[in-house]
Formats: sequence, structure tokens, C-alpha cells
Amino acid sequence: MAKVTFNTELCKGCGLCVNVCPKKILELAKDKINQKGHYPAQMTDQSQCIGCAFCATMCPDCVITVEK
Amino acid sequence: MIVFEKPKALADVPFHYCPGCTHGIIHRLVAEAIDELGIEGQTIGVAPVGCSVFAYNYFNCDMVEAAHGRAPAVATGLKRSDPENHIVFTYQGDGDLASIGMAETVHAATRNENITIIFVNNAIYGMTGGQMAPTSLPGQVTQTSPYGRDPKHCGYPVKVCEMLSQLEGPEYLERVAVNNIKNIRAAKKAIKKAFENQIQGKGFSLVEVLSSCPTNWGMTPQKALEWIDEAMIPYYPLGVYKDRSAE
Repeated sequence: MAKVTFNTELCKGCGLCVNVCPKKILELAKDKINQKGHYPAQMTDQSQCIGCAFCATMCPDCVITVEK
Repeated sequence: MIVFEKPKALADVPFHYCPGCTHGIIHRLVAEAIDELGIEGQTIGVAPVGCSVFAYNYFNCDMVEAAHGRAPAVATGLKRSDPENHIVFTYQGDGDLASIGMAETVHAATRNENITIIFVNNAIYGMTGGQMAPTSLPGQVTQTSPYGRDPKHCGYPVKVCEMLSQLEGPEYLERVAVNNIKNIRAAKKAIKKAFENQIQGKGFSLVEVLSSCPTNWGMTPQKALEWIDEAMIPYYPLGVYKDRSAE
């Protein structure tokens, strides 16, 4: 099963990963902010992840690590 | 099994770029090429002046900071000092390479200097606050062209790949973009090829990467990527402009 981890403190909340996810299981957090003051990206449903790494490819800040 | 992680050639330092700025993607593609070719120990990068001026903080290889626009000249010296062992790349923006650094770029190209240039074109001066650049599109609104760039007054944008392709010198010129997954993969291939050309001693390789500047374009990060598709790619068509070894 694919596993996606976010280095949340590096995230700037640009949302590019959210738009590129083919399964639409990423979102920007609504209720927490990181040290930089951004709403970080997070995953809503890990079980649906197919490990395509589109999110990590699109991320400008190397926030995302994908394992399969 | 890890499918995707931060490349080893990138230092564990957060980028200072604005949210959604594609400089981060291009840094990563360069680092991935360095990792895959296993050349981190012999690579020397040359950082420009502009948004990517701090590039020397982000790569684990040796880095040199050049005066504004002079990166190809500095790279020439670094490469010629030990051509067998040094792999030299420059990372420059359009305000650096296409304006003040034009002479250095053209002459490095015509000498077929064996270096790799990563040219990031975002059609604006980012670091100084969004002024019109040599590559700003006709009609593009910037801080110094509030009614849109008027070619009658300001001339036309510089198309670097087309211009250099007229010279006999350069080995490899390609324009790519990083606005979607498909283009990012093509960009990675082009950047890797530009490094391979240097390793094989083929000569001057320049990859122009169409990049976004959400902050100074006044767009959301996603809208900025769409604007690359809608406005930039029609004016700056993607593709290989010169590849001597393929001819």
C-alpha cells in the first residue's frame, strides 16, 4: 500500500499538490498552521492513495515523500 | 520502497521562494540529474543574481556566486581550470541571463564552451518586485508597464533559444516548462541530457525552463501554471531548438 508523508514545516500551502492529485484525496488543513504560518497540505484518505507521486513531483518545496 | 524523496544533492534547507514558485521544482530537477549521474563530488554550480541568488545555500555541491549576468563567464573559468574533472552548471533567471548577461551568454554559446546552463524564464523581474523583463510578453502588465508591455515603446521579448540556435557554436538548446506533470518529466529529461552532454565533452548546453511567478504576476499558484499554458507557451514554443548530436 502506498504511503505519503508530509514534512509539514516546509509546506507553504500553495495547493499545487491538491490540484494535481488524481484521486482528490489531498487538502489544505483548515484548522492548523505550521511554524511559518501556512495551512499545510494533508491527506484525507490514505487507503485510496495509489502512490503515483504526482503530488511530490509537483511540490516546489520537497515536502512530500512517497513510499510503496 | 521509497518512490519519491528529496534528492541527496539538495541540502536540508527550506527554500526561501514564495508559495507556489516553480524555482523549487527546477532546483529539484537539477539535483535529481546530479544524483542520477553520480557527479555531486565534481560538480560546481554558479548562482546568479535574482530570486535564485541563494541557490548556493540549497545545493550540496560546490557553488560560486557570480556578479549579475556573469555566470557563463565565471563558469568558463571554472571549467577551463580543470576540464577533465569539473562539471560546471549555471542557474540563471531571465533578468540575469537575457538582459545584463546577454553578452556573456552569447559568447559562451558561440565558443561552444563545455558548460550547462539552466535558464529559468518567468517573464518578469521577481526579486526586485515585478518589473518588466526582456522576456515579458507584449501586453503583459508589470510594475513598470502598468498598461501592458507596448512593443512600440519597449520592443519585443527576447527569445533566447531561437536566437542562440542561429549560432554555429551551441551543442544543445531546448525549451521546456514545469507547469504540469508531463512537462516536468520532459524538463527532467532535458536537464539530465544537458549534463550528459557536458560529461561527454560535447559542449554548450542550455535548457530554458518556463517558470511561474505567482506573486508578481498577481495570480494564485494554480492560475499561474495555467497562464504558462495559455500565454507563455504560445509565445515561447516548447521543443528542441538545436541538438547537434541528433543532426
